[in-house]
Amino acid sequence: MIDREQVLHVARLARLALSEEEIERMSGELPAILEHVERMNELDLEGVEPTSHVVALENVLRADEPRPSWDRDRVLGDAPDPSDGAFRVPSPQA
Amino acid sequence: MSVPDGYEAVIGLEIHVQLSTRTKMFCGCALSFGDEPNVHTCPICLSHPGSLPVVNERAVRYALQIGLALGCEIAPWSIFHRKNYFYPDNPKGYQISQYDIPLATAGTLAGVRVHRVHLEEDAAKMIHVGESGRIHGSASSLVDFNRGGTPLVEIVTEPDLRDAGQAREWAQLLRTTVKQLGVSDVNMEEGSLRCDANVSIRPAGEKELGTKTELKNMNSFRFLERGIAAELERQRAVVEAGGEVAQETFHFDPRTGSLTPLRSKEYAHDYRYFPEPDLVPLAPTEEMLREAREALPELPDERRHRYENELGVPEVTARQLAFDAELGEYFERAVQAAADAGAADVPAAAIANWVTGELTARLRESGDGEAGPGSSKVSPDALARLVGMVEAKQVTTGAARKVLAALVEGGGDPAEIVEREGLGQMSDEGELEAIVERAIEAQPDAAERVRSGNPKAIGPIVGAVMRETKGRADGGDVTRLIHEKLGA
Amino acid sequence: MSDLLELTAAQAASGIQAGELSAAEYLASYAEAAAGEDLNAYLWTQVPETDARVADGEAPLRGVPVAVKDLFCTQDVPTTAGSRILEGYRPPYTATAVRMLHAAGGELLGKTNMDEFGMGSSNENSGYGAVGNPWDRERVPGGSSGGSAAAVAARLAPCAIGTDTGGSIRQPASLCGIVGLKPTYGAISRYGMIAFASSLDQCGTLTRDVTDAALLLRAMEGRDACDSTSVGIEGGVEAPSREDLSGLSFGVPRELSAEAEGIEAGVAAAFERALGTIRELGGEVDECELPNSAHGLSAYYVIAPAEASANLARYDGVRFGLRSDGNADLVDMYERTREAGFGAEVKRRIMLGTYALSSGYYDAYYGRAQRVRTRIVEDFAGAFGRFDFLVTPTSPTVAFELGARTADPLAMYLSDYCTVPMSLAGIPAISIPAGLAEPDGGGPELPVGLQIAAPAFAESRLLDAAYAIERGIGFDAKPGAGEGA
Ligand SMILES: [Mg+2]
Ligand SMILES: [Zn+2]
Repeated sequence: MIDREQVLHVARLARLALSEEEIERMSGELPAILEHVERMNELDLEGVEPTSHVVALENVLRADEPRPSWDRDRVLGDAPDPSDGAFRVPSPQA
Repeated sequence: MSVPDGYEAVIGLEIHVQLSTRTKMFCGCALSFGDEPNVHTCPICLSHPGSLPVVNERAVRYALQIGLALGCEIAPWSIFHRKNYFYPDNPKGYQISQYDIPLATAGTLAGVRVHRVHLEEDAAKMIHVGESGRIHGSASSLVDFNRGGTPLVEIVTEPDLRDAGQAREWAQLLRTTVKQLGVSDVNMEEGSLRCDANVSIRPAGEKELGTKTELKNMNSFRFLERGIAAELERQRAVVEAGGEVAQETFHFDPRTGSLTPLRSKEYAHDYRYFPEPDLVPLAPTEEMLREAREALPELPDERRHRYENELGVPEVTARQLAFDAELGEYFERAVQAAADAGAADVPAAAIANWVTGELTARLRESGDGEAGPGSSKVSPDALARLVGMVEAKQVTTGAARKVLAALVEGGGDPAEIVEREGLGQMSDEGELEAIVERAIEAQPDAAERVRSGNPKAIGPIVGAVMRETKGRADGGDVTRLIHEKLGA
Repeated sequence: MSDLLELTAAQAASGIQAGELSAAEYLASYAEAAAGEDLNAYLWTQVPETDARVADGEAPLRGVPVAVKDLFCTQDVPTTAGSRILEGYRPPYTATAVRMLHAAGGELLGKTNMDEFGMGSSNENSGYGAVGNPWDRERVPGGSSGGSAAAVAARLAPCAIGTDTGGSIRQPASLCGIVGLKPTYGAISRYGMIAFASSLDQCGTLTRDVTDAALLLRAMEGRDACDSTSVGIEGGVEAPSREDLSGLSFGVPRELSAEAEGIEAGVAAAFERALGTIRELGGEVDECELPNSAHGLSAYYVIAPAEASANLARYDGVRFGLRSDGNADLVDMYERTREAGFGAEVKRRIMLGTYALSSGYYDAYYGRAQRVRTRIVEDFAGAFGRFDFLVTPTSPTVAFELGARTADPLAMYLSDYCTVPMSLAGIPAISIPAGLAEPDGGGPELPVGLQIAAPAFAESRLLDAAYAIERGIGFDAKPGAGEGA
């Protein structure tokens, strides 16, 4: 079961700066949802294979042929902080 | 090497190889090196909303070839996972990689076990641009996604290496192997080959592994060896001081040649791997495997055997030639040249000796050591002919060394150089006898000592003869004549 | 004018093909209706231009305006996924499904409102305001494709496309009294469809009748080289024409009907009447079991948030979309941008999914949920061994009041109780109007939906059966709200 400490840890993993009020609410809501989810535990799943996909496909591959890339100004046009033909971000070392 | 007595080094390598496909791993953007930033991008490699990856067929083929070349078992069925972490060079917030079911496992190369070989995508490039004067005057970085999404094969060894030198040699062998497959440029300086090391020490004979540290960014084989040596040195000091080695990651600084611990990332890592739902499994068909096998060239280990068993090259030399692709190529071309010239009496072993010995040494002196013989002024054909002349006693070994030096200097034809420098071996016995007699007369007491049974005393006399003949005389003939003259 | 808006897409298309109807006039009347709407169903509209790009023959949708859920990327047209984090974002490319509609002659009418990133069952989670249900604007239209459903029901569009991850097309279609089709997973390309839960997301249709559903599906289905998981529908899609159900069997899974969690009396009654109609049409109806389907929601609320937590990591303020100001450092930029850009439900699901995948919990949650999913797939395989189709109410309740479930996430999640199992199994399911019913506790009558599910890629058979039942039920009620507002 998830407590306040875990809420904070998970928020850090997810890069969410939750407000105090949100942390409060999550600390209440998440356990409630997980409690419902944990009804799964009633089932005996011994030896049951996991399903991560319902499509029965294999080896869907693309030929190694170049397609024209996109106009740099166009893609930089979507960027919050374009600079010198690149995407600028606060330095990780900062 | 530098480990406290009773301890042994335990080293494992983690190698990333950029595949030389035409396009990226999951999109049709062309691969490039050194282009303007962000000119090879699209919604997929920029991870725009709604974009989806599609696997590059050639990347899979190349990865299969690497797996087979390393003697791995190819998984009949493997899947991609998402490795989740936030970083600006990782545009989706996850790297598509392989996790619990990699493409290939359980291989071995030159006695070192290969744990796994898997496919993944490369990260983008970040350039730190220092103070931007903006946000709290903080520094900023520029992200260039040209490299982002380049197909990578990650090769992980078991911790079977026992010293820095061995690690370097093995990494070089791996490089040669991959280069011969033609699936990557494997250029460490350009980053198409990246080598991280896991290093620990433990009491000799102990099965249990010690706490290992991770070394990154050693972008040349020399740095790889230096980095590992330095880390073993550091761990030794820690242990000898009665301390404990801590789980850490170090960054190797090529400028200072020293290791600096990486700032432990803001938060603990938890990659939250789970199967990538946007891709379907890889299940190499018989045909895919056959194609990959057929594409395999002669690999270094096989070469070594051929040099030893078919060309009669001594083990150590054969290994040296086979494990250094360029040296090997040069050697093979020289042997071919000799054969073409119908010089069947020029043994490959002799050529091998000159290539790995004298030639390599001269080139290193002349500073072209790194460049290698292929790009030197000495053509394989010239070397073959020079060796032929030595074998035919047309020049002495000493003279041949002088000729080789001249070849390294300005290239050309060995025969001409011999002519020009008058280095041909003396065939006229009479002329040589005269010189020997003069040398004996010049040093009566040395001659006396030889007569009275002191063989060592012959040295000065031989030396004089050699000086006089400028090394054109065969050392064996000279000593024989001196003994005859002195009746000793 | 208003009778123009009563035409189905198929009727309008054939009128335009026959030259009896002016495409320009038809498009203009819808453009006007969409621009003047007051349900907040649209986030962006335009007056579509017709062009002669398609020869009549190969243009089954020629001149037909289509409302597109804002989850689909449309080149240079604002695309927000209902989220503030994508405010002002204009994609550099267009989703495959939208391109195919356009290629078939369809015209983009507008982008419809939705629950942020498809996460919701009431459209109240939109970053751009809630959407009113045309039958009663104080009630929700359902979600997450609420804007598309409301627009079609209110005659603000003849037809629309949406996406369905756990019921996001079927449930709003049910609450708005229209037809909603979720095809087999892989039938339509996901390329350009902003991802919520990649192994569940599927593009589908919201239309006024089954014939239009077939028309749009036919235009969009197909294998797409840009989507590794797309396969298309073998044999294509036929226009439905079946008159009766003789020789067809319909299973009624107890767990998802009479015993469904929180099912309203009016809904149960309407469902029973629909079963009666199926029998009258010659269909064979019998009870059956999907023993694990009661755990569908549990599995779904682990798998979907887990995949979402990764799919939404790309909204980091680096390459597009929102970036917060005054960031101290990189991590600060990430955390404050995502904190400011995402709404409460999205954050809740990201937290849930991140937790379910985090070290030490993977097996207990994600691993387990995947195994439950396997069980559910097996349940359906078993049921389809006995029956041609399975039928359930689409939603346990009729449209509920705005705000009624916002305080209680679990209550909201229960809205998808009957639709989630089909999503987990990846099979096709359609919701058609089954009649009207009073909500528990009284009030004006509201639409009830009948869900019909079929085996994977049996869309043609499914649409045929749905067509026959649709005619048998003869639902002709219309909402009052949308028009003339
Ligand atoms: Mg890696
Ligand atoms: Zn690209």
